[in-house]
Amino acid sequence: MLKEAEIRTFVDGTTNYFEVSGRQPATVGSPYLVTDGKPGTYEYTGVIGISGARKGIVYFTAPRGMLTVLLMRMQETDCSEETILDLVGEVANTISGNARRDFGKSFVISVPTVVAHNPEKVTPPHQRCYVIPINWRAHSAKLVVCLE
Amino acid sequence: MDTNVRQSKKLMIVDDSNIIRRRIERSQQIDRLEVVGAAANGRDAVELFRRTQPDVVTMDLTMPEMDGIECVEKLIAINPNVLILVVSALADKATAVEAIEKGANGFLCKPFTDRQLNDALEELLRQT
Repeated sequence: MLKEAEIRTFVDGTTNYFEVSGRQPATVGSPYLVTDGKPGTYEYTGVIGISGARKGIVYFTAPRGMLTVLLMRMQETDCSEETILDLVGEVANTISGNARRDFGKSFVISVPTVVAHNPEKVTPPHQRCYVIPINWRAHSAKLVVCLE
Repeated sequence: MDTNVRQSKKLMIVDDSNIIRRRIERSQQIDRLEVVGAAANGRDAVELFRRTQPDVVTMDLTMPEMDGIECVEKLIAINPNVLILVVSALADKATAVEAIEKGANGFLCKPFTDRQLNDALEELLRQT
């Protein structure tokens, strides 16, 4: 179960990522709790496994359109499938890694696993997940935090 | 102006993200650095380091095969004079302190702007 301050950590990390890397802040909607283990995905998902003091997953999921624009804002000219997958994993990695500022070193993050076009492969380990809606330049995405 | 800062140095980039490797590589602001190679994990980085003998390394921490902290230790064992800038998303103070204790010379937290990268590398080069 996440405390409000812990959710704020992920909201701030998400806002900061888009402001710095995308050079335009994202609008983050009100986080909500999903209790059926189905927080949903878009086309591309970067999943980070969490171990140590907390256990579970954090994933960032977004449509290709958002990821392509984000790459362009990062001056990246290669928008191939491989680069899109690299980006979605890097976003998940960066937001999760930044959370250690508040969670500390015992919040151990894995290297990213990336999933494309196959939402069934993204399986939260718990029924209860927090969803942080992200809106950026007319695109929508989600950060899902599923920790015990 | 400090002439040491203006000297060209060899740079190796270590990061499992190709986007980050390319971003550091194409930065126009670090023209005093000549990129001699890039590696996607710690194990490849050690091998590349032996071959190319860079003066400066940017080092990610969370990587497959061998993580960045272990890699820093190995690079320092090969060349204690190498300058290592850790570039990582791991934002806790304990990790930054550990990296410095293992021999890294600086720490830049992801996400970063080109200006922040440039400033961090400039600061690193001033240590020579």
